Amino acid sequence: MLMPADITRAMLQDFVAEEAWLMDAQRWDEWAALFTADGRYWVPASPGQPDTPDQVSLLDDDALLRAVKLKRLRDHRAHSQQPAGRGHHLLQASTVVTMDTPGNRFELRTPFVYTELRAGHTVSLPGVAWHHLVVEAGALRMRMKRVDLLHADQPLRAVEFYL
Amino acid sequence: MSTSGAPRGGGDAVAGFDPWALLQPDQVHRDLYLREDIFALEMERLWARAWLFVGHDSQVPQAGDAWATTLAGQPVMMLRGHDGAVRVLHNRCAHKGAPLRPEGASHAGQTLRCPYHAWSYRLDGTLLAAPQKDGLAGTAFESSPAAQGLTPYGEVAVHRGFVFARARRDGPGFEASMGELLAALDLLADRSPQGRLTVAGGVLRTAFEANWKIYLENINDAFHPISVHASVTASADSVWRSAQESGHAAAQAPATPPLAMRQLLPFGSGYDFFKAMGARVLPHGHSLLGTHHSIHTGYADLGAYGEALRRSHGEARTAQVLAFAPQNVVFYPSMALKGAPPVMRVLRPLSAGRTVLEAWAFQPEGAPPAVLRSALLYNRQVFSPMSMVAHDDLHLFEGQQRSLAARGNTWVSLHRGAVRGPDGGLREALPRDVDGLDEALLRNQYRAWAEGMADAPPGAEAAC
Repeated sequence: MLMPADITRAMLQDFVAEEAWLMDAQRWDEWAALFTADGRYWVPASPGQPDTPDQVSLLDDDALLRAVKLKRLRDHRAHSQQPAGRGHHLLQASTVVTMDTPGNRFELRTPFVYTELRAGHTVSLPGVAWHHLVVEAGALRMRMKRVDLLHADQPLRAVEFYL
Repeated sequence: MSTSGAPRGGGDAVAGFDPWALLQPDQVHRDLYLREDIFALEMERLWARAWLFVGHDSQVPQAGDAWATTLAGQPVMMLRGHDGAVRVLHNRCAHKGAPLRPEGASHAGQTLRCPYHAWSYRLDGTLLAAPQKDGLAGTAFESSPAAQGLTPYGEVAVHRGFVFARARRDGPGFEASMGELLAALDLLADRSPQGRLTVAGGVLRTAFEANWKIYLENINDAFHPISVHASVTASADSVWRSAQESGHAAAQAPATPPLAMRQLLPFGSGYDFFKAMGARVLPHGHSLLGTHHSIHTGYADLGAYGEALRRSHGEARTAQVLAFAPQNVVFYPSMALKGAPPVMRVLRPLSAGRTVLEAWAFQPEGAPPAVLRSALLYNRQVFSPMSMVAHDDLHLFEGQQRSLAARGNTWVSLHRGAVRGPDGGLREALPRDVDGLDEALLRNQYRAWAEGMADAPPGAEAAC
């Protein structure tokens, strides 16, 4: 069974690359399974935004809200997904920011450009993804994925998928 | 009538334009959503005449605080003076036109100073100094507009911290225009035991490719949630049910759904619910949707806060304040409010086919943090560009903007509830209280549109 002491930088970097692949392939159930039970997906609405419920975010989903969003994307009444949209990640090599093996805490910084195509319209968003990972039940899992968009505080077009 | 007139600058865009020709008692013509020349005229007439929401005075608490934004296509700034007054000035240096303040919130200090040639202004907008002033001696400078300093956007009125302004004076005055909406602002402000609201928690802004009126109609449209938002409510309902039913989650799941779910699930309410919520048609395009109840009735959690409200406002007023949880109060044409959660939407039209929506939240001073947090959660879940609720709305608005170009039927139906009286005309009075599905609210918006789009009556500038 995989233990925190077994984790290498390459394993962490592979995790991030494979996570993006699952999203682009829209294998959402497998993607959702990458989170811990209390795992959080967070997109702040301003640069350097403090982590507080007293500031609005673009998205801040726990397991329940992720399940609703992913179920809705596949619902035949999801009008905005007719025709179905597609997402594409262009990732820069991840930097391992925290490698705390005894504490079972791993953190990576990954610059990206995410492009979403929907109803013939393309939205491209540069940003930085921060993966906070732990080893749980023998596998790497996301405790939090934070996505800092370059345009976080600007008027944005609709962005429908997790990025 | 052509569908794609080129934008024209300066003066009235279309001489002899008759807005009433685009209206019937129960239909509006699609040209008013599509034509850029009509959009230019909307900014010069309707939006310039309307009392537009500029901002809330809590955004500029100290002298020298500025909030720069766009009103009716004009660059403006809301500025707090040393006298405590909030002014709305054009964000344009009197010299060469450079902006004085950057967009959004900033602090000017004791004076405003232009970064280009260092002209400086008092916080009331009057010119304080221009460097090397001897070079202007003997010129006509003193009698030029530049010597007058910064130009006020127009008239300003403040009610319970809400700052409104109008550029033209040939329409109804502030109180006459706002009418019952002032009482709605009072009810919202009195959610604070101190009677004060603060804008807090930041803004979410969404850009979309549709006419601003399509969005404004939707705010008054209780007919759409059941069909538009079915995917969200069905998914939320199903996920919540299975979370409760699964043995694993049942141990953790509380008896009532979390607030995030309680905000999403009511979007699935049926036609009967929305019909019974009631609506009120108000003069000048304004309206109140949810006069009896709304999807927001019943998720307030009060405790000691309720006590504080009763101490400040008394039992009767507190009951009245807490009962006020409308679906939407529309301040035509630029803003809409909810009472609980205390959120506000502001429309910033960019062109006939492009609009920016802003979603703001309020903290009633003296209320627990949960009030602001519920507003921020609501904005994130419903108005964020990443919101699954907004996605279906925006998709449909953008689709409408494209499909309205169809040359077959060029009219948009607003017939629901429009049983014609003996006159049957556009001048026939609209009913005041209607059911929640009645399109009288939309017919009311378009009458106000045509009134605001009328050519200036002679001598109107003097008649305020």
